Amino acid sequence: MLAAETGWFLDHAYLIPLIPAISFALIIFFGKKMPMKGSEIGLASMAASCVLAMGVAYQWIQRVDSGSGEGGHAVSAFGSIGRAFRFAGAEGGEHVAAYVEPVIHKFVWWQSGGVEIGLGQRIDGLAVMLLLLVAFISTLVQIFSLEYLRGDRRYTHFFAALTLFSAGMLTMVLAENMVQVILGWEIMGLCSFMLIGHWWEEAANSRSALKAFFTVRVGDIGLLVGTGVIFFGASAYATKLGDGSSGFSIDTINQWALSGTGSKTVLLWGSVALFIACIGKSGQFPLHTWLPDAMAGPTPVSSLLHSSTMVVAGVFLVARLYPLFHTGLDINVAGQHFNLIAVIGGITIIIAAVLAFVQNDIKKVLAYSTVSQLGYMMMGLGVGAWTPAVFHIFTHAFFKCCLFLCAGSVSHSGSHHSFDMKKDMGGLRKKMPITFACWMVASAALAGVPFFSGFFSKDEIIDYADHNGYTVFFIVGLVGAFLTTAYITRATYLTFFGQARGAAAGEHHDAIDAHGDIVDHGVHDAHAVDVTAPDPLPDHEQTPVLAMAHDDAHGADHGPHESPLLITVPLMVLAFLALVAGYLNAAPWKIEKFTEWVAAAGDGVHFPELAHAEFEWIKAVPSIVLVALGFLVSLGICKALYGEKNNALKGITTRVAPLRWGYNFLWNKYYLDALYEKVIVAFVSGPLARAAYWFNQNVLDRTVNEAGIGARKFGGWIYRNIDQRVVDGAVNTSGAAARGTGSALQPTSSGKVNQYGALLFGAAAIGALVLVIVNT
Amino acid sequence: MDFITNDNWLLTVGTFLPLAGVLVMMFIPRGNELLHKQIAVLTAVATLGVGIFTLFQFNFNKAGSLQFWVDAEWIPVIKSGYTIGLDGMSLPLYILSMIVTLFVMIYSWDHIPNPGNPKAFLMLMLVLQVGMAGTFVAQDLILFFVFFELVLLPMYFMIGVWGGEQRQYASLKFFLYTMFGSALMLVAFLALFWQVQKTNPDAVFSIPYLIGHSGDLSRPVQIWIFSGMFIGFAVKVPMFPFHTWLPDAHTQAPTQGSVILAAILLKLGTYGFIRIAIPILPVAAKAWAPYIGGLAVIGIIYGALGCLAQTDMKRLIAFSSVAHMGFVMLGISTLTPLGFNAAIFGMVAHGLITGMLFFVSGSVKDRYHTLEIKRLSGILKQMPKMGWIMGFCAMASLGLPGLAGFWGEFPAIVSAYSPAAGLSQPLFRVYMVIASVGTVLAAGYLLWLFQRVAFGEPTAEFAGLGADGDDPHGASAHGAVHGGAHVTHAVGAAVNDDHEHEAIHDVKISEWIAWAPFLVGIVVLGVYPQLLFRILDPATQVALQAFGKG
Amino acid sequence: MLINQFLLLAAVLFCIGVYGVIARKNAVMVLMSVELILNAVNLNLLAFALLHGGPDGHTFALYVIAIAAAEVGVGLGLILLIFRNKRTIALDELSEMKG
Repeated sequence: MLAAETGWFLDHAYLIPLIPAISFALIIFFGKKMPMKGSEIGLASMAASCVLAMGVAYQWIQRVDSGSGEGGHAVSAFGSIGRAFRFAGAEGGEHVAAYVEPVIHKFVWWQSGGVEIGLGQRIDGLAVMLLLLVAFISTLVQIFSLEYLRGDRRYTHFFAALTLFSAGMLTMVLAENMVQVILGWEIMGLCSFMLIGHWWEEAANSRSALKAFFTVRVGDIGLLVGTGVIFFGASAYATKLGDGSSGFSIDTINQWALSGTGSKTVLLWGSVALFIACIGKSGQFPLHTWLPDAMAGPTPVSSLLHSSTMVVAGVFLVARLYPLFHTGLDINVAGQHFNLIAVIGGITIIIAAVLAFVQNDIKKVLAYSTVSQLGYMMMGLGVGAWTPAVFHIFTHAFFKCCLFLCAGSVSHSGSHHSFDMKKDMGGLRKKMPITFACWMVASAALAGVPFFSGFFSKDEIIDYADHNGYTVFFIVGLVGAFLTTAYITRATYLTFFGQARGAAAGEHHDAIDAHGDIVDHGVHDAHAVDVTAPDPLPDHEQTPVLAMAHDDAHGADHGPHESPLLITVPLMVLAFLALVAGYLNAAPWKIEKFTEWVAAAGDGVHFPELAHAEFEWIKAVPSIVLVALGFLVSLGICKALYGEKNNALKGITTRVAPLRWGYNFLWNKYYLDALYEKVIVAFVSGPLARAAYWFNQNVLDRTVNEAGIGARKFGGWIYRNIDQRVVDGAVNTSGAAARGTGSALQPTSSGKVNQYGALLFGAAAIGALVLVIVNT
Repeated sequence: MDFITNDNWLLTVGTFLPLAGVLVMMFIPRGNELLHKQIAVLTAVATLGVGIFTLFQFNFNKAGSLQFWVDAEWIPVIKSGYTIGLDGMSLPLYILSMIVTLFVMIYSWDHIPNPGNPKAFLMLMLVLQVGMAGTFVAQDLILFFVFFELVLLPMYFMIGVWGGEQRQYASLKFFLYTMFGSALMLVAFLALFWQVQKTNPDAVFSIPYLIGHSGDLSRPVQIWIFSGMFIGFAVKVPMFPFHTWLPDAHTQAPTQGSVILAAILLKLGTYGFIRIAIPILPVAAKAWAPYIGGLAVIGIIYGALGCLAQTDMKRLIAFSSVAHMGFVMLGISTLTPLGFNAAIFGMVAHGLITGMLFFVSGSVKDRYHTLEIKRLSGILKQMPKMGWIMGFCAMASLGLPGLAGFWGEFPAIVSAYSPAAGLSQPLFRVYMVIASVGTVLAAGYLLWLFQRVAFGEPTAEFAGLGADGDDPHGASAHGAVHGGAHVTHAVGAAVNDDHEHEAIHDVKISEWIAWAPFLVGIVVLGVYPQLLFRILDPATQVALQAFGKG
Repeated sequence: MLINQFLLLAAVLFCIGVYGVIARKNAVMVLMSVELILNAVNLNLLAFALLHGGPDGHTFALYVIAIAAAEVGVGLGLILLIFRNKRTIALDELSEMKG
């Protein structure tokens, strides 16, 4: 434990979520009056957060270096950034990492019944990494959105929600205690609801939003219960520590979990409950169904949601409370080949990757890809590969965000707001060279092609699985790598190669196009709603308005073209990072800067001691081979399958029979490929994938739906039969009894004063009589 | 228990000031509606002023003691005194009742329900305020009972005269049901007194006295007395299975009635538990706690299921009260300071949030003349501000952290993990899990409601009625898809002017004034819950003295 | 002193009053009958006061007289109002209180 230096940025890291949170309020209240409708506030706040986060990262590195300097790394901070790529092999052997104290600041937020909850910051490597990541990616996404959502009817709301969304994630990332984690966690849930349902006029969108919120909320049962379960155990420990921390404090929970004083049962149930929350949030099997539906939101949302925020939150929570999960679920215990986290992660990898093959919507391919990659992260955490898993969060954020933004760019400028790869894309590589190049870099990173960033993280996870004795998950990881390459190749092919189809070829489908505006290609269409929504304007007023929209920035040219700079610059930045981010922790050359800065040292008190797998090229061979194989197989199949369809769509070859036969014969390379395709891939991408998808839609998805309907029916039944009849009936009966008595006596109240008088005197007389009799 | 007798006229003034307004209004002919409204609002403002002054005089460092203590002779024959006082537990509710009354009055400025007659309506509301405030300050069982009952009458008339179609039925049910409960409660009070008097000949009805002297009662006696109080308070809460009056009363009551009912009246029951039943009869409380907790979680799930079955928005919100009060009762049943604090916080939060939801549904009814969920759609489009307020309240109600609702729910759930010593831990842990499932159901019914009512396009029936949802700035958005904003602005503005006198308006100015404090309160309490926890904590520690720590 | 005569007179007056309240239709007559009853009571009070020699009976009688006056005032006012609204003071035609 080393007292390391802090700095202004480290001490004031809480500003990073605070600035966006405040600017959310500013946008809501003043956004519409601003010249850029509030987007400038959002962007400025994110940029400010990003700068602050960089400062924090800089000072953290300084702190780590000064702290571990005694361990043999006396490097000044800027020097270390400059020398990030230096080969540290010489001193890698005796890498004596010391535990670097996180920077914790907190104040008492509330205290109740002897429980004190602070609100504060806990800055350690993991937090710094994610702060930087989230702030940076949010900034880029906001820049992208400036152009992408221009003219949207709820432009201001969009930026407000986007900003709050980032604020939620940032709050969670630097949370000092579990309550703060829950706070950020739920704020993200709320914002995802608002953003996915951004175009709520369409019933499908609002349903997706509801589904997303609700599915995640189901997982949140685990969060509430788990926090409660571990709270009391940890507070007993906190009392023993006597350092004023509470059972909600993350530090306390982690130390308690490692101290061995906690009851094993409590640890087990606590970690299982919390992991259920992570399953829901991170879209793990079997709660992943909301993620693809969440594509109903605007593309920048999908990109932010799927790269660095929201879905990563679950993985982050596992990483954050790793000692708890490590002890509670017996991770990395000799002789244990399975544990809950690894199993769920492994299943998710395969299930999601297979599903990605049957999607026509480019965003859905990416969505399933995200699910699958999250599976890798979970599996990594499950097999004891903490650093590679966290590193995968880091690299994944760049390339996945880049892929989504590329998809957005394609739909914005290339396919006329459609996301359908088969109908409206194809052959766009020449029309959109920048987008294409960025996409290629990012997908290479996703596929884990050597020397791209994904390789360094994903391969490490697979390597660790093998090293730590989790053979099954080693194989799962390899199969996943193969599938990943194959589906991303397919998506690339459909979008950028082959022949242009539909909108990509400059075609327009609908009469609305007479206005020069957009076609309703589906629920994802960014601007479709503007037109399809019944416009309240009377007709004669509507025409000039729409005519004006006709000559807008991108409508002037109807064909596919490259996107404007506001879109391509973020793409290029991300693509560059997708290329180089991996070199922060390039195992082949013993560069372990990321490990050094982010990972907590396993001293057994603050963090469990984990095994460290040494990289060897020979071990990377299987995955490299599989990636290459996946690419080749997929490419071949795509060429055969979609190339053919493409031509059929054009209709020339279908109309003229001899031509069709000849063309098909040639195009299909003498049907040799078709043979392989029909036998091998048809099975994988046909029945198997469809079965998986069927299972997904009809079993898992339906269970959720049916549960909802069932609950509603049951509620209805209860209400009709028990509430209204039994419980309410009893009440009504007693009322009726009272009424019966009343009506029996009713005739006496005739309303005649004389009769009342008679009754009165009669009664008085009887009373007097009784008195007399009693007294005599 | 300490008593602080500073400024002891303050509570009396604060409680009975509304009666002065009633007195003045009595002599003004009913035709003079504006004057009546002015006087009523003025009275409510003055009352709140006194309340705020109380707040300043309150010694926050001694929130656990009864302050502004008065112990005057009232009815010496039956040993009942005019005993009032205020501590950290009652202060928030006391102030809340004043705030709610004031802003309900403001809302009434242009929302007097049929058949009109603001004089009577506002007078009843002022009398109601006396009853509510009185209940929260009373420290004598008989006085408490009197105020408790005083609340019933104005509410009965408010539902019975200004209510919906089935108002007769609903008001009668409400009255009978609560009377039934209070009858048993009174019996319990008397029994308690006689039992205490057996050993202490100079016994009085004062609550602090009884807390000090109930220790000698035998366990069976305590349990029987507690059962009487339990029914009395449980009806008012309302707890499953005594809740059936609530949906009817809420649905038929005028908006103002529903708001007051939800915001304050339901709290009288829970307040009774924490002020009277549990501190006076700790042994019985411990015996009853598992059953109370059980009924509470049944209420949570049951209320949520009931919500899912509703087709009427107001009825759905009414049912949600059953679920929310379930969380409050779960917190109470743990008998821990954490749970008690959560419960009181939950009461205040529920008052603000559900009160707001009733306001919104009342305003929706004003505009659409129906609350049938099927017939409503696309409120967000026709009235964006109203729609977002509704969404905000729905989010607050389902317990989103950062808004008030969460701090009632979450600590209640956490506290159930470790109830007071002597209560069955496994049982309460089961309750905890069930209650967490309840939060999911809450998200289900509220968002489902929101999705059906607010999202989508307005139904054909109402489609033509609204000035298009967008305010002048937003109006340009649907026109100016890209660029060309200037001209479209003009067009949009012109269109908006055209629709100005259409049937459906967005939030009106009187509504803004009435709602703003609620909305601000929800956010402020959500962001800084310590505001409330700070004053609750010492008081609940005192109330739970009998149970020791944890 | 013989108290019987006083009591007898009071009883007769009382019975006449009761008969009037029960049998008469005219509201004014009923009111007058009530007066008779009250005065019968007064007579009793005074008689017993004389017998026992205390001031209590006298005081009570004075109270009763005062209240009777007030009662007649209010009663006549009511009857006047009823007559104005209904154009009748026949009691058997006034049965709004019928439950």
